[in-house]
Amino acid sequence: MSPSKLDLLQGTLDLMVMKTLSAMGPMHGYGIARRIEQVSGNEVLLNQGTIYASLVRLEQRGWIDSSWGVSGNNRKAKFYAITGAGRQQFEEDTLYWRRLTGVMDRVLDLNDEAGALPGAEGETV
Amino acid sequence: MMRRLLARIKAFFGKSRLDAELDRELAAHLDFAIEENIERGLSPEEARREALVKIGGLQQAREKHREARGLIRLDILLQDLRYIFRTLGRDLGFTIAAVLILALGIGANVAVFSVVNTLLLRPLPFPQSQELVWIAPPPTKCGLSCATYSTDAYDTFRMGTRSYQDVTGYFAFSSPDNLSLTQHGEIINATAIDVVANFFQVLGVHPAMGRLLTPDDGRTGAPPVIVLSDAWWRRQFNADPSIVGKTLDLNHQQVTVIGVLPPSFDFGAVFAPGTKVDAITPFALYGSPRDWGNIITFIGRLKPGVTLAHARQEAEAVAPRMCGNNKHPESCGEYKDGVIPVPLKDYVSGRLRRSLIVLWSAVGLILLIACVNLSNLLLARSTARSKEFAMRAALGASRARIVGQLLTESLVLSAMGAVAGLGLAWMLVYWLAHQGSVALPLLNTLHIDGAALAWTVLIAVVAAMLFGLAPGLRIATGNLHELLKDTGAGSGQGRRHERFRSVLVVTEVALASVLLVSAGLLLRSFLRVLDVDLGFESTHAAAINAIYDDSAPTRDASIAKRTAIFQQMIERIEAIPGVQAAGISDYLPLGQNRSWDIPLPKGVTPPKGLTDGPLVYVVTPGYLRAMGTRVRGRDFRWDDGPHSEPVVIINQSYARFLAGLTKWPNNDAVGQVLDNGGPGLHVIGVADDVHEESTEGDTGWQIYYPQTQAGPVGAELVIRSTVPPAMLANSVLSALRLLNPHQPAAEFRPLQTFVDHANSPRRFFMLMVASFAALGLLLAAIGIYGVISYTVTRQTQEIGIRMALGATMGRVQRQVLGGTLRLAIVGIALGAAVSLAAAKLIASLLFATSPWDGVTYVAVALALLAVAVVAGYLPARRASRIDPMVALRAN
Repeated sequence: MSPSKLDLLQGTLDLMVMKTLSAMGPMHGYGIARRIEQVSGNEVLLNQGTIYASLVRLEQRGWIDSSWGVSGNNRKAKFYAITGAGRQQFEEDTLYWRRLTGVMDRVLDLNDEAGALPGAEGETV
Repeated sequence: MMRRLLARIKAFFGKSRLDAELDRELAAHLDFAIEENIERGLSPEEARREALVKIGGLQQAREKHREARGLIRLDILLQDLRYIFRTLGRDLGFTIAAVLILALGIGANVAVFSVVNTLLLRPLPFPQSQELVWIAPPPTKCGLSCATYSTDAYDTFRMGTRSYQDVTGYFAFSSPDNLSLTQHGEIINATAIDVVANFFQVLGVHPAMGRLLTPDDGRTGAPPVIVLSDAWWRRQFNADPSIVGKTLDLNHQQVTVIGVLPPSFDFGAVFAPGTKVDAITPFALYGSPRDWGNIITFIGRLKPGVTLAHARQEAEAVAPRMCGNNKHPESCGEYKDGVIPVPLKDYVSGRLRRSLIVLWSAVGLILLIACVNLSNLLLARSTARSKEFAMRAALGASRARIVGQLLTESLVLSAMGAVAGLGLAWMLVYWLAHQGSVALPLLNTLHIDGAALAWTVLIAVVAAMLFGLAPGLRIATGNLHELLKDTGAGSGQGRRHERFRSVLVVTEVALASVLLVSAGLLLRSFLRVLDVDLGFESTHAAAINAIYDDSAPTRDASIAKRTAIFQQMIERIEAIPGVQAAGISDYLPLGQNRSWDIPLPKGVTPPKGLTDGPLVYVVTPGYLRAMGTRVRGRDFRWDDGPHSEPVVIINQSYARFLAGLTKWPNNDAVGQVLDNGGPGLHVIGVADDVHEESTEGDTGWQIYYPQTQAGPVGAELVIRSTVPPAMLANSVLSALRLLNPHQPAAEFRPLQTFVDHANSPRRFFMLMVASFAALGLLLAAIGIYGVISYTVTRQTQEIGIRMALGATMGRVQRQVLGGTLRLAIVGIALGAAVSLAAAKLIASLLFATSPWDGVTYVAVALALLAVAVVAGYLPARRASRIDPMVALRAN
């Protein structure tokens, strides 16, 4: 794997999985993994296996559902779909993520321009 | 979050199903990936490899899945536990030894905690018991008469104080076996205590059945009623559920049973430790008892919010107004400075505090020794297992995981020890609770309760941390790879390790020697107490409560009747083969007592502040001889009648006191006359001082009156025999029954039982501490043996080489033993130093023994050295038998 790929932050994989399911409808694990890889332009370092830990976590919280079905090429696979509660949670998480990245952007820009600002303060925002 | 937790717990239990499902999912995933890769033009093998790489390892995916869905810590714990039980099972000898040592340490601790909790920590078994106070004067030497109050004083105090919800009391002179119950034609003795009618209201005791006493029951002339104790109701009346309302034939009177006390209330346990009280009867305050002088003890219940200090001030203010008898104004003010409330709890168990703390410390030491021992065992084991740990570390187990596992192992051992120890403690506590004759309060209420269980858990965890620390730290700080290389024999790591184990042994010996010194000092004190000259001979003598009827219209007729009965009784008893002497007194030493006035030589003005009179015994001729009390002068005679010159015998202390007040030829009291407001009391003899209240305390003043000139309150027939007194019990009882068919089957009590009863608390604490010391010694011996034996094993090669180079067997043995003794001596010296420093703690528990008693210290040192030699001898012998050829070839 090339070292330039991005390591996933804690919790971001869950959000990507929910986004994928909410945008694409029911999918199986492999499909979700491939979709995330494609959308991220292969920039994310994703061990596909870890997707299943994320899926079971989301399912235990009641945000996604699963059932066994048959795929387009006639293979048995477990399909996951987002639930009503999941959609709500996804919206909340998305908002939170946007705010966080917005703040991070501002802070990082600020630090770039006015180097006088102590770094410690930037971190506590 | 709750939902997630539930899901996790469900997942934890549905592990195999979930794993299978995940495996199917992962298989499908691989299939999809391989298919896609083949479509992209890769060869099947290449496609599979690529797919596996992308998935990032199937095992890792499974682990992550389990971690996300289940209770991973619990999983690890279960894994560890399975592993621990497997290894402990493989090492059965070690496991049994460890659990046994811990069981002894924890069991002793839990049992003693139960005792301390019952006697000291837990409140008395009454509601809001902190409000209850015992009201009494400071201790004096005139016995119960100076610790009690008159009925008039009771009234004045009760009416004159505002601090109390109510004040009650009981008749302090109810003698044992004061009831004769006639049931199914048999006469049985029982003991009842007369209490002021509001007794149960003040204590807050409620009946198990029927009702308890009401003020009406205490009126003079009220129909006689009785309340049964739970134990007596069960024993004597087969727990008759319809007993309430029935009448009993008691002392030839029909008495109605009005209620049964709950099992939680035992009068003896709180107010008269070591005695059994079968029933409670109401005390009529306002009849003749008004003229009986000091007879009632006071117990008060403070109003909520009233402080003890305030109650004390108030009592001090009321005391001068209290009178011995309102008809005699000169008796008013005699209680000045003599009415002091103290918490009832302090009265009941306060003076045991120091003993209990020593006992508690002793078991604490036992636990420490057990932990040191365990630490040693575990250390030896972890050395043997160090390669296993190193191997596991090399295979990827984290250090934290290995240390965690060791601590879990300690906890598992500790838990097993705690369970076994709890069983042990339960047996010990059961045994203690059934030692009816030990005069310790509340002992029969002893049981393992919730607090004791919590204590068990606490000490088990603390112990696990203590003994698991050393081996755990070794793994945590040591270099695991070094361990892998450390083959043992003589390497630096091994030597450091041995030093640590030596420190443990020295600690153990030191702790054991502290215990042994305490036990030795207590034992010596106990022997000194047994050696005290009590003023009477307790062996080969026994007493029985004799019933007689001396009712007659006049005093003279009554005396004549009684004298005839007693004379006949003593003649008959003395005629029994084996009986040496017999005599009667109304009270016995170490039993009850009372005092009357203070007869002084004629013409002497009483010294200021003289309030405590001599204890009074009303006796027959021959009583003092039967007791084995020496008398200078003459004994009473049957013809010292009501109209002849009044005579008394006084004890040496009183004679000395009186001689100091006046001028007597040779300072001899015999033949002198004391002023009694009448014709004077002729002192006909001076008797040895008798220990009347305790075997350890100082003896006070005593005066003996002949029963022909003073009225006795009962008859304790004392019999001195040449054969063991128990052999005479039947013939004595039948002789008494011939004279009086109403004589109940009273207990025939060897005088030694009175002495044993008085000594029982000291004996109890001495035996407990001595057992713990013996246990400590045993554990120390095991510890020494373990370490020396281990050292010999480690040095097998070295010893082999030395023997090959010409060292003799004796030399090898001497060297191993020398090493053992060095450790023991350091430990003993350390222990002696600690004991010397801690002497103050135990000093107040000793009797005629210095806390720096040289004999004890030397004996303890010798005992420990002897144990060390024995414990070191076996490994030393083994070392000397090492065959150099075998030793060098091994390893």
